[in-house]
Amino acid sequence: MKRELLFVLPSPFRDEFRIQGFRFGSGQKSIAIVGAMRGDELQQQFICSQLVSTLQDLEEKGDIAAGHEILVIPSVNPFAMNIGKRFWAMDNTDINRMFPGYSLGETTQRIAAALFEQIQGYRFGVQMSSYYLPGDYIPHVRMMHTGYEDIELAQGFGLQYTLLRTPRPFDTTTLNYNWQIWETQAFSVCSGHTGVIDTESAVDTVSAVLRFMSLHGIIHCRTHPGYFSEVLREEDLITVKARRAGILYCMCKPDDSVRRDQILARVLDPYDGSVRWEVRAPADGTVFFIHDKTLVLENSMLFRIIPS
Amino acid sequence: MIKTVISTELPVDEHLLIRKNSISGGSGKKRICLVTGTHGDELEGQYVCYRIAQILQSNLADLDGTVDIYPALNPLGIDSITRGIPNFDLDMNRIFPGDPMGSMAENTAHSIIEELRGADLVIDIHSSNIFLYEVPQVRINQLNADSLVPLASMLNLDFLWVHEAATVLEATLAYSLNSLDTPTLVVEMGVGMRITQSYGEQLVSGILNLMRHMGVWKGAVPELEERHTILSTTGTVDFINASASGVFIPLIEHSNHAEAGQVIGRIVDPLHGTVLQDVKLERPGFVFTIRAYPVVYEGSLLARVFREDNA
Ligand SMILES: [Zn+2]
Repeated sequence: MKRELLFVLPSPFRDEFRIQGFRFGSGQKSIAIVGAMRGDELQQQFICSQLVSTLQDLEEKGDIAAGHEILVIPSVNPFAMNIGKRFWAMDNTDINRMFPGYSLGETTQRIAAALFEQIQGYRFGVQMSSYYLPGDYIPHVRMMHTGYEDIELAQGFGLQYTLLRTPRPFDTTTLNYNWQIWETQAFSVCSGHTGVIDTESAVDTVSAVLRFMSLHGIIHCRTHPGYFSEVLREEDLITVKARRAGILYCMCKPDDSVRRDQILARVLDPYDGSVRWEVRAPADGTVFFIHDKTLVLENSMLFRIIPS
Repeated sequence: MIKTVISTELPVDEHLLIRKNSISGGSGKKRICLVTGTHGDELEGQYVCYRIAQILQSNLADLDGTVDIYPALNPLGIDSITRGIPNFDLDMNRIFPGDPMGSMAENTAHSIIEELRGADLVIDIHSSNIFLYEVPQVRINQLNADSLVPLASMLNLDFLWVHEAATVLEATLAYSLNSLDTPTLVVEMGVGMRITQSYGEQLVSGILNLMRHMGVWKGAVPELEERHTILSTTGTVDFINASASGVFIPLIEHSNHAEAGQVIGRIVDPLHGTVLQDVKLERPGFVFTIRAYPVVYEGSLLARVFREDNA
């Protein structure tokens, strides 16, 4: 393993801002893995740290396949994480809305450009990512539908679901989208949590990435085969929105099978405890996403259901 | 007449309310919408809304048509000094035309579009952010330049910036409305969290001037010094970004024509007492954006300069 300083930016008042990379093996650029891009992506960074540790063990045993290079970048935004912010602390911009970056542009465009330069040219790109809505969901692999994507590859992670997303204008500046456009097969691995560390799902995610690498002959590692990953289009998920605001009392969890009209949650009046609205399943299916905040506004997204 | 156009229930005994003041006069059928407050840290538009409402309401006989004034498209953001919508990751001006089936923010964006579409003119007033100071200017996507530049020229502002199209900008309010054939002008002026009264008065007179050309206003237009609006298509816009991290000290007044070699600001190091960078212009130009917030990182935008092609 080689630990490398990939990018340094002086700060006017803080320590230097640094992006560190961990490189394993040598030869063709096989896979690059990026962890936390936002300061609250603790789970994503933790998964990378576990990967670094596992890959070190594999390397000592000679189990990184000859001719393959692996790069792991656990964090692109330690400055935000250290002070409990989600975005770049100075101007609240999101590094994951700055790709492909611009080396002569604004600070976060420069960070994105520096990162993108380091991770370009890899055959596979994996971003440990969080969802743009706050909540819990079934761990899955997400790919952008750009015309360059290869869904069968995504199924190689052996996670329960592969979610295909049709990009919206704001997606065109994300890492995943740009990686794909620059001919890296890019995957976002969503492990279900942000802001906290869930060791159980972290272990599953590490296994999924190892499974993928092993499948493509990048490492020699025995992994269990995982799931036969079902492909979903994001637009096929049924959205359940809050018709009333209040305290959300949730009565299901991700991966639960539900029947049409089953009560998924109740929205309670925060003053007298009465039930303002019973949230019912619009169809038979599996709960994919749940809103995890205690309070909900009218029209906020409460659940996403995979119809069966 | 005050109307609530969007009302969304919040968890604890409150509604998110988007309101407008709809002012009508005469028998004219034209409708002009004045919107602002999409970004909760931008306040220059508040003064303009106040002044236009005040002038129209006390001179109703001079009005022939309807002017709808929406001071706050993001009331929760304004109230909490939050640029975006509190608890929502995306910039509100990056989710238009919205989605009636989407999240609260996307749903709100959709309702705003439904409310504004079909107007004869929409003016969307922004005031930069807390980092940059902007001279009063109109920004126009080059796709709409032919139809919008003549309208924008009547606003009596200092600069008219026709910029390139970018996919990410397709989700702005102005882009969405213009693609629905509702002519929409974006004004940028001043700085976040502050009100620059002189800019406000300048835009108020420009709006009345434009209303007069559209036949909606028969009253007086406050006289301001005759100004020459610079059109960006006659030259080039240069961006100047910081090449050091430190504290920026501006050395020119904004809205200045600067000479080649002129130092327009300095990045200093307060700990060592040293100058890290003299920010110089290579060529003469019109500085229409200048850094307002002093702390800068490498890459922070310090100025935008317009330079005429033959200069
Ligand atoms: Zn704005």
